[in-house]
Amino acid sequence: MSEAGELTVTLLRYGFLVLLWILVLSTVSALRRDLVVGQRNKTGTPTAREARKNPELLQETPPPRIQAHQLVVTEGPLAGTTLDLTSSPILLGRAQEATLVLEDDYASGRHARLFPQGSRWFVEDLGSTNGTFLAGSQLTRALPVEPGVPIRIGKTVIELRP
Amino acid sequence: MSDVMTVPKSRRNVEALLLLVALTVAIGANYIAGLDREEQFNSYFWTQAATFVGMGLLIHIILRVRAKYADPVILPIVLALNGIGLAMIHRLDLTRIDEATFTPVAPQQLLWTGVAISAAAVLLVFLKDHRILRRFTYISLIVSAVLLLLPLTPLGLEINGARIWISVGIGTFQPGEVAKITLAIFFAGYLSTNRDLILLAGKKIGPLQLPRFQDLAPMIAAWFVSIGVLIFQRDLGSSILFFGLFMAMIYVATSRVSWVLIGLALIGVGGYVALQLFSHVALRFDSWINAFDPEVYNRNPGGSGQVVQGLFGLASGGLVGTGFGQGRPDLVTYANSDMIIAALGEELGLIGISAIVMLYVLLVSRGFRAALGTKDGFGKLLACGLSFTIALQCFVVIGGITRLIPLTGLTTPFMSAGGSSLLANWLIVALLLLISETARRPAPSGPLTSSFPDAIGLNGRPTPGNPTEAAR
Repeated sequence: MSEAGELTVTLLRYGFLVLLWILVLSTVSALRRDLVVGQRNKTGTPTAREARKNPELLQETPPPRIQAHQLVVTEGPLAGTTLDLTSSPILLGRAQEATLVLEDDYASGRHARLFPQGSRWFVEDLGSTNGTFLAGSQLTRALPVEPGVPIRIGKTVIELRP
Repeated sequence: MSDVMTVPKSRRNVEALLLLVALTVAIGANYIAGLDREEQFNSYFWTQAATFVGMGLLIHIILRVRAKYADPVILPIVLALNGIGLAMIHRLDLTRIDEATFTPVAPQQLLWTGVAISAAAVLLVFLKDHRILRRFTYISLIVSAVLLLLPLTPLGLEINGARIWISVGIGTFQPGEVAKITLAIFFAGYLSTNRDLILLAGKKIGPLQLPRFQDLAPMIAAWFVSIGVLIFQRDLGSSILFFGLFMAMIYVATSRVSWVLIGLALIGVGGYVALQLFSHVALRFDSWINAFDPEVYNRNPGGSGQVVQGLFGLASGGLVGTGFGQGRPDLVTYANSDMIIAALGEELGLIGISAIVMLYVLLVSRGFRAALGTKDGFGKLLACGLSFTIALQCFVVIGGITRLIPLTGLTTPFMSAGGSSLLANWLIVALLLLISETARRPAPSGPLTSSFPDAIGLNGRPTPGNPTEAAR
């Protein structure tokens, strides 16, 4: 192979390595917007152009919710019991493995479940015999629970407290 | 959550730009690989270039029409990896092209690339939403079982001691590669349904919450499946892959460390028993520990010659590599399938191979990002499981080649010669693209305010802070 040919081969060889890294780095820079989690992603006020294209950006955010930190039993055999809420779900029922074991003849073994999602707590009936009532209406699906709203299970009534 | 309000952008133009770079890499690699033969612009070169440009554009246009908000970097990364692998296979063909009985592998692999990308395109067009797959939870369990059993039927073929292939008219097919997708669908469907049961029930011992026995049953079943693959098909790699997949998915579903500990214990027991009972596992282990022993090196079968030759190749490559077509990666047996990373490491050097590893890392991280963004549990688990299989395969292959762990015969995703692996991995890419689309697509009715059911207040009416859609 001639000297010029060898030079070309060497250039191509290093060129290919550079090209590979150009691909990697340009991919990373394309992701830059996605990788920023905090400040940059929460764009403050949308520009007029962005707002025209996406009117929903102009809606004001809902007022901050009151976070629930405690579960209180207000009525029934266990009245007065309190439980601190952590980030793990809570199982309510008569079964021994439940988080709050209800000594209530009208409650099922695995009666209902409270679980956090986002900044809210949700309550869900686990197919109990006598049903779970949130603010007087029977649950048919998982619903969010605001602090102070009573949840009735058999004779027991529980509430979330801030 | 609701204060993250970036303007939804489809980012397809970014993808088009990256695609251009990726295609340059893929076609450039092929060009440099043929440079020594003085016939760079032959018909194979043009077929390869046309296939990559055509197929890349096809998927790009389908994404523009069908999945506008899909992740913009997945397609370029995968296309570049596929192109580099194909170029290396072609380059290894060229060393043996003068032999009379040799049929080149690269044209066949190029054909499989076309088939695989077309299959991904068909999946993108016809599967509108990945959640449809959830209906097939138990069907996909049956399909996986059938696929895993196929090689044991008379259709099966035994190559190099492992019985994981079946012969299908034109060639061989590895059903286990497709089984990893169907198994991921089953695990995702099963775990997203039964997650709470596994999470809430069970005794607590110290810091560990142990699951109940009946919840443990599917885990034990998965363990038996992977042990069965190990015993009857004698394939260590696939059994590690299947069990690792299940362990990762159950950890993602429950976030319980106890499951990982149980899984590691089961692996330990299984590994120890396999080491005692099966000579091929014991030989693998021995040729990992004592690789540089001359006796072990020359032993046949089960010697360490392959992995040591690979290490010599990596060493001669050094930092910048010998250059495409300048090294001798053909000295390693199975250089174009099992050992393709060693071949690439020799010719592209540490700098090149770390770029390739970076591409895999980016691909896997995009899979997990799609899992984080999507809102349904099934999609989250499926994206996690699928991207984890790619990560685990890379770990097992690269770890085996660099002698971090014993060498097991798994394929390097998108690179190794082998059609079934390529097909399965492109289908995984199509699924990840679909899931990432649901993750990034803006909600049709604005930010999160209306995607949750409204809270019921004390009087049974919605609280004033959250007006319903109707009230607005």
